[in-house]
Parts: sequence; structure tokens; C-alpha cells
Amino acid sequence: MSYVKVVEGSEAVAFAVKACRPQVISAYPISPQTHIVERLAQMRADGELDAEYVRVESEFSAASVISGGSAAGSRSYTASSSQGLLLMTEVLYASVGLRLPFVITGVNRAISAPISIQVDHQDTMSLRDSGVIQIYVESSQEAYDTHIASFKIAEDPGILLPVMVCMDGWILTHSYERVSFMEQAEVDRFLPPFKPPNFLDEKNPKTWGSYAEDNVLMEFKYSIQKAMLYGKRRIKEIFSELSKITGRDHGGLIEAYRTEGAEVILVALGSMAGTIKDAVDRLRSEGKPVGLVKIRCYRPFPHEDIWEAIKGARVVAVMEADFSMGSEGAVGMDLKAKVCGRPGAPLVLDFITGLGGREVNQQTVEEVVAEAQKALNKELPPAESYWVGLDPSIIP
Amino acid sequence: MKKKAVPQADAFVSGHRACQGCGMALSVRHILRATGNEVIVVSPTGCLETFTSPYGYSPWGVPWIHHLFENGPAIATGVVAALKAQKRDHVRVVAIGGDGGTFDIGFGSLSGMLERGDDVLYLCVDNGAYMNTGGQRSGATPTYSSTTTEPAGRMSRGKTQLKKDLPAIVAAHGVPYVATASAAHIKDLQKKVKKAMTFKGPRYIQIDTPCPSVWGFPSDRTLEVGRLGVECGLVPLFEIEDGKITSVRRIKKKIPVEGYLKAQGRFKHLFAKGQRVEEIKQIQALADANIKRFGLLKKDGAGESIKK
Repeated sequence: MSYVKVVEGSEAVAFAVKACRPQVISAYPISPQTHIVERLAQMRADGELDAEYVRVESEFSAASVISGGSAAGSRSYTASSSQGLLLMTEVLYASVGLRLPFVITGVNRAISAPISIQVDHQDTMSLRDSGVIQIYVESSQEAYDTHIASFKIAEDPGILLPVMVCMDGWILTHSYERVSFMEQAEVDRFLPPFKPPNFLDEKNPKTWGSYAEDNVLMEFKYSIQKAMLYGKRRIKEIFSELSKITGRDHGGLIEAYRTEGAEVILVALGSMAGTIKDAVDRLRSEGKPVGLVKIRCYRPFPHEDIWEAIKGARVVAVMEADFSMGSEGAVGMDLKAKVCGRPGAPLVLDFITGLGGREVNQQTVEEVVAEAQKALNKELPPAESYWVGLDPSIIP
Repeated sequence: MKKKAVPQADAFVSGHRACQGCGMALSVRHILRATGNEVIVVSPTGCLETFTSPYGYSPWGVPWIHHLFENGPAIATGVVAALKAQKRDHVRVVAIGGDGGTFDIGFGSLSGMLERGDDVLYLCVDNGAYMNTGGQRSGATPTYSSTTTEPAGRMSRGKTQLKKDLPAIVAAHGVPYVATASAAHIKDLQKKVKKAMTFKGPRYIQIDTPCPSVWGFPSDRTLEVGRLGVECGLVPLFEIEDGKITSVRRIKKKIPVEGYLKAQGRFKHLFAKGQRVEEIKQIQALADANIKRFGLLKKDGAGESIKK
């Protein structure tokens, strides 16, 4: 039987990770991720967690240590944020290529400069092309459940890729919520010990990390894409297997929230989705046909599922906390590429919100919905993206 | 059932793509004979990685992993942690990196590994420049060597700084064993590797591995050039245990550095028209300082004593 506790989001993650019986954990401090690795350190200090815990000198080494740990056949984990995730970038690409299935919590935080410890999604979005599977969560409960699913996803023999659970800094990591925990025996049944098909084995020596050129590099890269495409189906199955145990259903690759008959559908990732759900409820109660698509799994990108949810709408308004300088928001870009041109496709608008922790509240959501409606009436000047709440008087 | 171990001589076999006369390939073959086959080898990016791992081919008879350039020590740490978690105590971790991956881009990672006390034997196969990319200057490049990014010329004498004293820096981390060795003295190298394997914790051996392609000497003179470096005092061979020098390889008699320098293209600018006498004097002073510091000369009473 599961049990319920009120815990900080970071603590919920630490409990989930502990329940997954990791063998190698690396840790390097960066806000707002630090509470997770601190809690794991305390568990180890108190004899509650049996894992090798390596305190490294940089995030580059944090990611490298779990790469080495995973290659040698151990279930491995670390957490990071912002600059730390960017410093790990090169390691993550290489570990994807070596098919090392570790799990990282990517605690979302803005990227310098200006330096800021506040939340947005620029850090993890910068890693979207790496081949790391990315799953964004809305609540501490979803963070807990998703971490447990993530090890199973990463270690699936048809996937074998790192998984990053993306979780909003402060809003989720530092707030206390009611979280329902699984029994250890339930987790053990769901997640058997890590048995990789290949590892650094003295009895069966293999050469890892070879040099390749035009003869085979493309095939290596395609094999990652193949794993991603297979992952779309497998991730859904794993989520549903877990929800049968927990009785909690956070959705599949996406969660379609009140999208039936919606004229305007908002698209969002992470904790922003919770705010939007409340706004949708209120707008619906006022008779406005508005819905939400929460993208849970961002890479692989579930455009088929998104299309099913949005195809009846007239306008799709993406609200995202990241931006590809010189172009538009990453999610808007993805959606436009996959949706525009399909017969009967809704208009896709890209709204940039919440950079550097700027508040996104119900009023923000209503503003975006109002803009979307203006676009329907052809009253909104076309733009690649719309920056919400920008104060032109203080732009440096 | 335990599978039969690979014969020791087969841990690193021929057929790899090193240049003719490569001091590094020679060293690695003999290093693995000294470590035995119950090891996992980690190599950062560099010559060794490139010439041993074209996809589909491998001279490695032991598990070998290359990940990136700057994280060899951290990958090794991760492997050590995993072995510990799995209680595979009979397997040891050996990292073999070049001077670029060790002195420069991997220096932070190396320092972290040393400070944590991780059970890794780290071997730096040092050829004094980035040979894999054509011989660019590194922190290990010796003084007045000409490199492709700091070439000698009318306005340049090549590298004007000192070679980074990495053995001393490693020793300052308080590790149990530090040594220098040379591809030209294989028995000494193997003895040091075997000794290093008897210690737990981080151990470091820096091996001078002459590179005919970039140092500029005929490929049949690798051992000769390596020996000259040791004999003139520019490449002192010593061991440091728990911070104290415990042995040095003595030299018979002091020979001028010119012979070593003249044998190599990277120093030829020192002997070109309008000879750079002052620079050669400075290099001699470096050799003299080594002779004094380590007590390399048999009759020389100065410096640390031998075999304490």
C-alpha cells in the first residue's frame, strides 16, 4: 500500500530516486537543484541509501561519472540545472551515442546572462537535439511518478538512452505538496535490477566509443532516432503500466485537458500547465471553449498525439518559457513544422512567457486567449512569436 | 564458470594505426602486460583513441572506453564507483591519456579524481603536444620547442614558457604514488606500473613517449631519442611515494643537451643560421636544475637521495 506525505518537491524526487535503487549517484551543487542531491546525501549518511555517491568538481564530471557508471553496468543518476546542464551538454551528446541509460533531473532555470536563478525552460530546451529523452512534469506527484518510470524507459532494451525529467525550479522543487509514495516492493516489481545487454565486462571485453566516419556515422545517428520513434510507443506503455499500480494517470506523451470542442487550445509544458488548467476551467465556466494540451514527453516529440488533440480547434496558442534567438520559441517551431500545411490545421501562435521566472498567472493565460481570439478575427498582426508582458520602456 | 583470461600479450595487439616508431603504442603494449588483464581501460580523446578505435577494428583485449577529451578521469571514477557497487573487486581501472587530455583540457577532471582518492591508475602518455591534430602547443610542450600553433620564426623562439610540472602538482594532492617513466626504458616503466598496481587510490605515471612524426626524427630512432632525453637530464625519471622522492634513475655522466635537441626537428630552429646560443643555454640550465633537484648524477651529492 502506498502512503501519503507532505514533502518538498525536491524531497519527492529524492524519495523516488532512492526507491529506484541507484548504484552510482554524482552530485554538484547548483540552485535550485541542490536540495535533491542534499537529501540523497543525507539518506546515504543515515544508512538508508546504498549507492556510491561521488561528489564531483563540476557538472561536466557529474555527467561523466554517471556515464562511466552506466557503461560499467550500474544504474546511475544525477541532478542539475541551468549552467550546469549547459556544461554537461557535450557529455550528454556522447552518452546518447554510447547508449548509456542514466537518469538526470533537469531542474529548470534561466541561462546567463543576465545571471538569474529563476525558472524558465531555456536550459533543458537547449538540449532538445541531443537525443536525451525529455519529460516535463507539472507537479511534485508527477515528478515522483515520472522519475520511477524514467529508469524503466531509459533501460528499455529498445531505447537505451538517457532520460531527463524536467522540473520547474522553485515552483516545484521548493514548494510543499501532498505526495503519494509507492511501497518499495511495488517499485521493485515495476523496476527490476539494471541488466544492460552490454557493459564494460572483463569477461567479454569490448571496445566502446570508437572512431567513425562517413562509412557508419549516419547509421549510428539514425539508430538513435529509431530508438526515439520506438520510445513514443514504449514510453506510453510504461506510463500506463505504472498508473495501473499507482492509480494515478498523468496522461501519455501528452495530457489533453478539456480539448473536446475547444476553439482555442493552449499548449504548455511543466508547472505552467497547472495554472492554465485553472484558467481553462474558469473560461469554460464562462462558456468559452478553451482547452489545454500539456506536453509531457517533449523528446521524442509526440506530434501525432498532439494533432489528434488539436485538429478540431481553430487556433493553437503555445505558451513557452524559452526562445531560439533569431527565430522563435522551440515548441512553437516544432508545432508549426508538424501541423501547418495539414488540411484543416488550426492557426499556430507562439507566445513567449515566464522567462527568468516572470509570473505566469491566470490573467496571463486570459491575455493569451484574448490574443488568440483576436487572431481568429484577423485583428492580431502576424508575428513569429509574441512576447507576453514585455515592457518596452526598459529594454536595454 | 570463470572464462579463461586473455593471454597477457594479447591485451593490446598489433594492427592498430599508430605511426611507425610511435613511442606511445610501444608503451601502452608494455603497460598492459604489467597491469594484467583484469582491468578496464579508459582513454580520453587523443592519438591513442584515434589509432586504436576505427569502428569495427580494435587492438584492445580488455574492456576499453573512450568518451570525450576532457573527462577521462571522471569516466574512470564512474567505472570505479560502478565496480564498487557491483562488488567486482578483482577488476581495476586504468586510464591512459595524452598530455592534451591530461595537462590541459582534462586537468580539472584529473584534479577532482585525485582529490577524491578514487582508485584509478592514471597514465599520461606524454609526447609534449597535440599530435593527433598535427602538433599544436600544450602545457606539456617543452621550452623552445617549435609547434604548429607556436612555431619558431624570425619573431618567435617557439614556446617560451616551462613545461607544466604535473608530477609535482599531482603529488601535491597527497596521492600515494607518482612516477615518471620513458618509452625508452620499458623495464623501468613496467616495474613502475606493477608497483603502482600494489597501491590503492589514485596513482599517476607520466611517460615520455617520443613521437617521430611531430618531434621530427626518423622512425627507427624512437628509443635513442627517448634515451637521450633521459640521459641529458631533461626527462628525469623518478618515483614519489606519499609525497617523498623514493627513487631516481641516475645518469652515468653529464652530457650536453645539444645532442638531444639536434636529433629533433622541433628544436632545429635553435641550430639554424645565427644559432640561438642563449636559448640552448637556458635549456641546459633546465637540465642542470633537474640533475640537482633529483640528484641524477652518480657523483652528485645534491638533491634527494636514491632508494630511501
